[in-house]
Amino acid sequence: MESAIVSGLQGLLLGLTNLGTGHVIMILIGSLLLYLGIGKGYEPLLLLPIGFGAILVNIPLAGLMEKDGVLRFFYDTGVLTEVFPLLIFIGIGAMTDLQPLMENPKIILLGAAGQFGIFLTLLLALALGFDKLEAVAVGIIGACDGPTAIYVSSKFAPHLLGAVSVAAYSYMSLVPLIQPPIMKWLTTEKEKKIMMGIVKQPVSKTTKIIFPVVVTVAASIIAPLGTPLIGMVMLGNLMKESGVVERLKLAAENDITNIVTLLLGLCIGATMEAKQFLQPQTLMVLALAMGVLFGKLMCLLSGGKINPLIGAAGISAFPMSARVVQAEGQKYNKKSYLLMHAMSANAGGQIGSVIAAAVMLSVLKGMGIVG
Amino acid sequence: MDTWTFGWTLALIGMGGTMLVLWCLSLLVLLLKKIFPYRPEQSASQKG
Repeated sequence: MESAIVSGLQGLLLGLTNLGTGHVIMILIGSLLLYLGIGKGYEPLLLLPIGFGAILVNIPLAGLMEKDGVLRFFYDTGVLTEVFPLLIFIGIGAMTDLQPLMENPKIILLGAAGQFGIFLTLLLALALGFDKLEAVAVGIIGACDGPTAIYVSSKFAPHLLGAVSVAAYSYMSLVPLIQPPIMKWLTTEKEKKIMMGIVKQPVSKTTKIIFPVVVTVAASIIAPLGTPLIGMVMLGNLMKESGVVERLKLAAENDITNIVTLLLGLCIGATMEAKQFLQPQTLMVLALAMGVLFGKLMCLLSGGKINPLIGAAGISAFPMSARVVQAEGQKYNKKSYLLMHAMSANAGGQIGSVIAAAVMLSVLKGMGIVG
Repeated sequence: MDTWTFGWTLALIGMGGTMLVLWCLSLLVLLLKKIFPYRPEQSASQKG
């Protein structure tokens, strides 16, 4: 009887005796993510489930990521198959208004310039010793686009998924803090005060409906491996613009996106097991989130009658970076109204990051790096 | 293929390719707007 009681008590202590320093560090990191999400309001929709997932997976002997573990099931069925990020893309398409971009299509090129950060980050990652496919996954952080970073990481470097996701979303949530000083340093007083005319070129409903179909076909023919990405975004946008599947559109932008965000966040947190996450590679990924700022210099390169501040909106953090541009522009010229122009560049940045990833995947196939 | 050949090739073709695709898309938007121009009565009829 006595030995049975001792054994029973030992069972209660098993978790404690198996608790290592790594577990404690990761539980603290998970708690920090929760604090950032709840206390500071940085991307709470993702940081809350990621932080909690990181805590769950670092409880010794709980086995949530072991074979038959509940998080392992979600991870294998949703992340390894790339289904979760693709479902999120349908929601993004349903939520994105591409009208500003269609009204002023030249601005879409600023969305391309904003993607140069991807390729600069890729080169930095290679310089730091990441292998080729890991560098591709890390490079996508430079797009300032969380879902695309998750998609590419789950495809090429699933072991870096946690670090890449946290870095990408941290970078996105810090846009209001890191963009203003960069805009300030890289533009002159005169440039900041440039007033841009109102572009009013209304777009017909037919154009709005045909656009997602044409983009899917044209972009997918050039970059076939990116078809899942482009196709899902444009499917969501077609549902929005067609106006005939309101229920599906609402489901995509609310229910589906919410459920998948929860499961995806938990799965990302679940990849943050101490033995995998506390590696020099992970720390380098997180450091690169700051390094990519240099790549963003490229999106400020514009001139003439265009206020160069709107170049800063050519990234994927939508619509946050456009709002930052508007606020900065108004600081220097109260009469300047840059929001619509910045929204065009921002929508271009959203499409641009997806296109950049699609182009990258196709170039990798062409080079024989992926099958 | 060595790492740097890979990196620079992907960076150059990737940047150029992205720029090219987005430029094509901007042309397609202009073309669509020419083929299906906006008509004010369209919005009026939508408003009912």
